[in-house]
Parts: sequence; C-alpha cells; structure tokens
Amino acid sequence: MSAIYKRELHSYFCGMTAPIFVAFLLLMTGIYMTVYNLMGGYPGFEAALSGVSFVFLIAVPVLTMRSLAEEKHAKTDQLLYALPVSLTSVVLAKYLAMVTVLAVPTGVMCVYPLILNRYGTIGFASAYGSILAFFLLGCALIAVGMFISSLTESQVIAAVVSVGVLLLTYLMAGLAGMIPESTGASFAGFLVIAVLIGVVVQVMVKNSTVSMGVTAVLVAIVSVLYFIKEDLFTGALPDLLEALALFDRLYSFTNGIFDLTAIVYYLTVAALFVYLTVQSMDKKRWS
Amino acid sequence: MIEVKHLVKRYGDFEAVRDVSFTVEKGRIYGFLGPNGAGKSTTMNIITGCLAATEGEVTINGYDIYEDPVEAKSCIGYLPELPPLYTDMSPEEYLYFVGRAKGLKGKALDDGVDRVIAKTSLTPMRSRLIKNLSKGYRQRVGIAQAILGDPEIIILDEPTVGLDPLQIIEIRDLIRELGKDHTVILSSHILTEISAVCDYVIIIAAGKIVASDTIENLTKLNEGKSYIDMDVRGSEDAVKAAAGTLEGVGGIEVQAGENSTHLRLEVPGKEDIRDHVFFTFAERRLPIIAMQYEEVTLEKVFLALTESQKRNRAEEAETPEDTRIRAEDIFGQIGERQAAEQETSAPETPAEETAPAEKPAAEAGNDNDDYKPLFGGN
Repeated sequence: MSAIYKRELHSYFCGMTAPIFVAFLLLMTGIYMTVYNLMGGYPGFEAALSGVSFVFLIAVPVLTMRSLAEEKHAKTDQLLYALPVSLTSVVLAKYLAMVTVLAVPTGVMCVYPLILNRYGTIGFASAYGSILAFFLLGCALIAVGMFISSLTESQVIAAVVSVGVLLLTYLMAGLAGMIPESTGASFAGFLVIAVLIGVVVQVMVKNSTVSMGVTAVLVAIVSVLYFIKEDLFTGALPDLLEALALFDRLYSFTNGIFDLTAIVYYLTVAALFVYLTVQSMDKKRWS
Repeated sequence: MIEVKHLVKRYGDFEAVRDVSFTVEKGRIYGFLGPNGAGKSTTMNIITGCLAATEGEVTINGYDIYEDPVEAKSCIGYLPELPPLYTDMSPEEYLYFVGRAKGLKGKALDDGVDRVIAKTSLTPMRSRLIKNLSKGYRQRVGIAQAILGDPEIIILDEPTVGLDPLQIIEIRDLIRELGKDHTVILSSHILTEISAVCDYVIIIAAGKIVASDTIENLTKLNEGKSYIDMDVRGSEDAVKAAAGTLEGVGGIEVQAGENSTHLRLEVPGKEDIRDHVFFTFAERRLPIIAMQYEEVTLEKVFLALTESQKRNRAEEAETPEDTRIRAEDIFGQIGERQAAEQETSAPETPAEETAPAEKPAAEAGNDNDDYKPLFGGN
C-alpha cells in the first residue's frame, strides 16, 4: 500500500497536478484573506474560508479526474489488479495520496491566523475549527471525485461529471428551499427517485427484469408508506436534498459553531465513496 | 501449481472462454498457442486475477484466486498484452515501485531491481523516462516487472511482440533461462516461438482447448508422415490400379481431372518412396506430369486444429460435449485440410478478447481546459 501511496505522491508532485492544485487554492485563499481580513479589517479567518470554499468545485476535479480513469485508459490498472495488494489498499493509497496533496495548502492556511494575530485579536478556536472542517469537506469531495473517476476511462468525462456533481451539492441547499414542502410534492419526488434508481440499476446490471423489479418494489414501498403514514412525507424531499448539501455544513463552523455531526457527516461521506470506489474497481473485473 | 477448472468467461452473449481446464506443473515452460482472439489473453487475465471468470475456478499453489487473492497473486509475475507502465517514471523508479508493491525491501529490493535490469539488458535506459523509450524497451521493462521478486510462476502474454529479431532471440534465451527454476506460461500466436522455447503446448482456438501435449509428443506423431500429390495422365481406373500395387502406402485418394487424374498418397513410414512411385507408373506407361512431396509439420497440425475449431464454433454451442481432440485424430483433419487446397483463407471469427469497454473520449488535454471560472461564495 505504501508503495502505491508513494508512487501517487511522486506523480502528483513531479507532474503539474499538485502544484496547480496547491497554487490555485493558496492564491484564492490569499485573495479572500486580503480582501476580508487585511483590507476589510475583519478579525475572523473563517470568513475568508467560507468565501473560498467554492474553489473546491474546480480544484477537486482537477485533482481527482485522472486518479482511476487514467489507470484504466493506459491499462496500468492491470498491474494494480495483478500485484499482491488488495483492491481496498490500492484505492485507499490513492485516496490518501490525494488527501496528502490537500493537506499541503491546508497546512499553509494554518499559518494565516498566526499572521492575522499580529494585527489584532482573533478567535483561534473558530479559525482552526473552520480549517479542520474545510479540510474534511475537501476529503469528502475528493472521495466523490475519485468515485466518479473510477466509472470512466476518460479524464475529461470524469472532470466534467465531477464539476457537475459538486456544483449540484454546492447549490443543493438553495434548490431544496425551492421545493414545496407538501406531502404530494414529496411523494412525486420520491417516485421519480425510485424510477431513477431503476435506471441506474439497468445501466449497472443490464438486466431489465432486475431493474424493473427494483423500480416496482421501490414504487410500492413509497406508495404504501404514503397511504399508511402520509405525514411522513411532509417536507421529506427538501430534507433529503438538504442532506446532500455538502458545502453547507462548513458554514456552521465559519459561523463559530463546532458541529460534531458535520465532522461525522464528512467522514461518513468520505468512507462511503472510498468503499463505492473499491466496489466499482471490483465490478470492472466482472464486466 | 496452477489448476484451472471449467473456466467460462462470457461477455453478454459472447463466450470468449468456453470450459477451459488444465493443470500447470512446476518447472516447465508452457506455451499457450492460438490464433488472434482465441481467448488466450482472457484466460491469462483470469488466472492472474485481472478478470473474474463467469464460471469455474483457478487455484495457484492451493490458493484460490478469488478467495485468497493476495497470497495467490504473490506467486505470480504477470506481463499483460500491453505492458502496464507508468510513462512518467524511469524504468528504475518503476521497478522500485513494483518491487515495493510486491513486498521487497532494503537490499533485496536493490539487488532484485539490479538483477532484472541486467537480465533484460535495460542498463543503458534505466534512468530515462519510459515515455521516451521504444516499444522494444517498454516490452523489456514489462518483462522485468514480471520477473522482479522471483515469483514462482511467470506469465507472459505475447512477450516478443514488437521486438526486433535480435531482441526476440535474447528474450527467448531469457525465457529458457527462467524456465530452469520457474514455471513459465507464455502465450503466442506464432508457432515457431512456442516450439522454440516451450516444453508443453496448450493449443486454444475459439475459446476452447483443442490439444494439449508436450512438444515431443506432438512432433513424434508427425515424424515420418508425409503426403505425395501427383497429377497422372491416364484414366482413373488405371491410376487406381497402379497405385494399388505400391508398397508402404497408407491411403489413396483418386480424383479425375480434365486432362489428368489427381492422386494423393499418404505415406506413414519414414521412407521416401518417390523413386518407387515413379518407376511403377513408368512401367505402366502412365506419365506423371506433376509430383509434390509434402511433410506434415507442427504448423499444419496447429492450423488444422484451430481452423476446424473456428468452423465448428457455432454448431458446438449446442453440443456441450468435450471436444478436446486426441493427437491421433489430428491427422485426419490435416488430410481434409490439405485435400481442400484452395481453402487458404481462414474463416474469420471475430473473437474479442477484451470487454467491450466504453469508447474513450478525446484524450484529456490540459487540466484546466474544461472549466469556466466560477465565482461565488457566501
């Protein structure tokens, strides 16, 4: 596992990916800090961080797009499959290498509150808490990006889809607010989701009986629940969508709240998508 | 060492590998021979764990490739069809990476890398980037990677593709040397390559094993077997009568032509009976206007086997019986094949060895090209 981790780091730092990622993140953080803290005179570094989080929408796909897509494209994945290393270790090594790349600018950011401290009193707890949340948000997003990269052979597709998905999670809180809270709307929304899951199953297993079956079961469950316990559906869809809003958890930190559930949430998302990536790699052998 | 039982690999409705079973014993060089698309690479990918079989099982030194993949894979060094190289590294860096991933450390790693670099004559290229190396050198890096760490079993998928004649000889010598203390499986669609280095041949065609035997046995059966094709000016009956008096002839086929009669003699003995044939026909005043002497070679065995298998592919889908052919049966098919001289072009069966993967879209270009700058924030 350490061999793959080292190789990944070597390829990130000897190539352009890591320098661009680090430079871009630091540049944007620098701009926001200069505007908010140095010029605006605001004593909280977390304000700059909350402003700069959108940079992940571009930076994370740049980092993750080639992680697995390129292996598949260059057929080097055959080496990874043939080496006496488990798939879980391969995926974890790749993931940790990307997290290490993210740790570099995050580490540099830890110096910023110290710099600001020279010019006034700043809240270290909220600043460092926000940096931690910012880092964990990045970790979760990297896991999502890596999973998307494992689905395709093309870096371009991986990048475009990753940007799309991350943008969706970025805007999700706003979108969720626009959906009516009525039970009917939620019911309809859940039916649509059931059909979408059926489509995904069809694409994955290419067996119409299975996908139709899954869709029918999901639709039945949703309908039965709707007729038995209608009030369960009040505001259920906006709540579900809000749960997918990855970026918004960061804002409780930047508002000065140390939100433990957000930390658990980010770690869970990261673990889930690392697990899904392992499954996606394993599935490729069966196709 | 390796036991392969009833391996089946299906891609949708297409069966790339159909019920393949064989056993590989220690210390031998095995040749996997078959035309393009026969299922060689698929079988090798399954043995090494790169692909999962639809049915069947593979055990390596007692470890199942699915149940205990790490233990099973640590016994194998594998060179896939396309060498899996990271082109942004130098051969040395790459081999150090593979060595570490195989669990080598410290001095064993240094020595191992130095040894495989020397063995594959990569020394002058060891610190150049792989992307700047020629195909032949890349292939060598791939072989070096496979033999690094002295795995008990070395599996090479078409190891000499893309090499120049001198390199091919070098690599063959290397494989022979490896065969002394390793078990080597190598695949090829070139018969001479297999017969040059292997002890044991497994001939595979259209996803099935059609023959598996030692080179000696296959060649022994060929020895002394030959055919004489003649055109004789004379009636069919006269020719048949003359041929009937010949001694040491196994089989006779007569076919009337326009101006002459075509005669085909099968000669099982070692003796060259052409003089005898000539004088016999001369005495009967039957002029021989053409005579051709043909010896059965391993190549013909191979072609006869693989072509008939390809032809039968569609029909056999319905009859699941074992179609493995004994060596004795081979010659009947060679006879058929040679009789049908005009049939030189093999019927092409499109047998894809890899999964129909999604088409890679345009090569990824500059990292940032696809993005529009986004502005936002809270």
